[in-house]
Amino acid sequence: MWQGLVLEAKSLACERGGRLIFNNLNFVVGGGELVELRGPNGAGKSSLLRLIAKLNEPAAGSLRLSGSAQDLATQAHYIGHHEAIKPALTVKENLDFWANFQAGAANLAPFNLHQLAHDEARLLSEGQRRRLSLSRLVSVMRPIWLLDEPTVGLDQSAVTNLRNVIKAHLVMGGLVIAATHADLGWPNARVIKLAGGG
Amino acid sequence: MGALKAILWRDLALARQQGGGLGAAFSFILAVVVLVPLAIGPDLVLLQRLAAGMLWLSLLLAVLLTAEQIFQRDLEDGSLELMTMTTVPFELIALVKAIAHWLTVSLPLAVIAPPLGLLLNLDINQLPIFWLSIIVGSLALSLLASLGGAITAGLRRGGLLVSILVLPLYIPVLIFGVSATTMLMGAQSAVPSLLVLLAITLLCLVMVPLACAAALRAYMR
Amino acid sequence: MQKFANPTLFLNLANAVLPYLIAITAVLFTLGLYGALVTSPADYQQGETVRIMYVHVPASWIGMFAYGFMAFFSAVALIFRHPLADAAAKTAAPIGAVFCFLALATGSIWGKPMWGTWWVWDARLTSMFILMLLYLGYIAVWQAIEEPFLAAAIARIVALVGSIILPIIKFSVDWWNTLHQPASVFKMGGPAIETRMLAALLTMALAYTALFLTLHLISMRTEIAKRKLRQSRLFEIRGN
Repeated sequence: MWQGLVLEAKSLACERGGRLIFNNLNFVVGGGELVELRGPNGAGKSSLLRLIAKLNEPAAGSLRLSGSAQDLATQAHYIGHHEAIKPALTVKENLDFWANFQAGAANLAPFNLHQLAHDEARLLSEGQRRRLSLSRLVSVMRPIWLLDEPTVGLDQSAVTNLRNVIKAHLVMGGLVIAATHADLGWPNARVIKLAGGG
Repeated sequence: MGALKAILWRDLALARQQGGGLGAAFSFILAVVVLVPLAIGPDLVLLQRLAAGMLWLSLLLAVLLTAEQIFQRDLEDGSLELMTMTTVPFELIALVKAIAHWLTVSLPLAVIAPPLGLLLNLDINQLPIFWLSIIVGSLALSLLASLGGAITAGLRRGGLLVSILVLPLYIPVLIFGVSATTMLMGAQSAVPSLLVLLAITLLCLVMVPLACAAALRAYMR
Repeated sequence: MQKFANPTLFLNLANAVLPYLIAITAVLFTLGLYGALVTSPADYQQGETVRIMYVHVPASWIGMFAYGFMAFFSAVALIFRHPLADAAAKTAAPIGAVFCFLALATGSIWGKPMWGTWWVWDARLTSMFILMLLYLGYIAVWQAIEEPFLAAAIARIVALVGSIILPIIKFSVDWWNTLHQPASVFKMGGPAIETRMLAALLTMALAYTALFLTLHLISMRTEIAKRKLRQSRLFEIRGN
């Protein structure tokens, strides 16, 4: 579905609150690839994902997406620590909102949320909330997935669902960058190690 | 456009589900309307002179009370961050949220103001102009409240700061809003005041989204 | 301009200039006060109370000037990302607020003999009062936000919004005031202000300006020292 997508980072540096988190980071990720970001706490895994999502600006260096006419941020899904879920709305309403907002269609099936569709989101457990926010990935088609600790709180079957969804995404030529402590169990995942300044 | 419509509908739905502060704001205005005669005495002539000013004052304070929530939850739960990841300019998103606030808080309060005016002995002939001015001005009130809400969105105890920052900005709206009614009392035309009020509202419509977006971006860094 | 972005260079410059600036301020105040209290005549209507003018009028000028100064440096900080511009705007605010307060207080003291009351809601006093509120709001932003980069970003917006709305507030208050014209409003001196009075007033205005610059430079110095202290603490925490 997506062809020839290449995300390229050149001598990227990240600064938060006046301190340098990483420096001179270079990598190239192509469509169909899954990259795992590894490193200790504070090494800048989340910060790197936020840079790619254009939520923060790099202190130096550049990020480029070739093979797409559009801006990087509008081509990416970002699943962060905040789940952007409104407790007063139902599961379906929550997902509908993001689907409408990003011109897609709510898809509850891949993460088995059908039975919960009409429950208010305030009733959800941690893992169910995570599944709801991961459902954005499959409701709106965007080639780049930026996942920050996607498996936290998920049970075994939900992790399997996530793997299936990622597999389908890679087959279509999308690319996935995930920050994880535990590995996703992906056979040939590339790993980018962030050392961290301590 | 779809994105903006989605935000508007969601905010309206949220206001319906959670009450959105409208009930509390309305009760606040009612309480002020009762307290004014108790504070200054039940002199009807005096009340008539004070009515428009008191209603404006209670409306703008009530709107101010709800300012904190306009952006805070969306900032805290990460919604605002995701809203930057589209082709829609973030300024327009801020504007739509301000308009949602107007539709759910300020406008309903302005619409129900005339009967409260009667309680304070406002002349019935002045009611139409009073109504018109308070409806036009309520949009400016919501926009300026959004500005205050954006500036304090990431602060734990932003409530007091909102008041300090926004109350001075409310001065032009208050002056021209009240004067539209008081001009009539002096048998003068209310049109100039209304036009200036409209101009101020339009200026807010242009300027406020820019400032809101800049402040929210700073909090998301 | 980028040259002065270096705090050390700025500090050296400030340290070199400051003694002269203090001396100039002292000389100007001596001259100005001598002119105001001794050589200038008493007003034929107001008598000796007119001398309050020499402390009141320059205070309100500086009160307004400092806001422009603050807004200017906020704009510089926004456009050029100049690290010292935020500090310049931040340190100007409390000084401006004090001058504003001084103008209000001396105005009130002057008002008692002239109007027979400590306060009237005339357009100038009201605008000045509101200006002080805007200063206080700006200062409150710096105090409410602990993270200095964030505080600077938000404070810039507050200062610029204030500078846009200030003319509108001024216009509204003037208009409001003509609507509710108070019974007796004192109009200053008329066009024919005496030359010796004018000379004393202008000297005092220069003295106040020099005082503002001196105070501003001193608090800039303190601000930069605070930043350095903070940075060295950060280094300690990181252990290198």
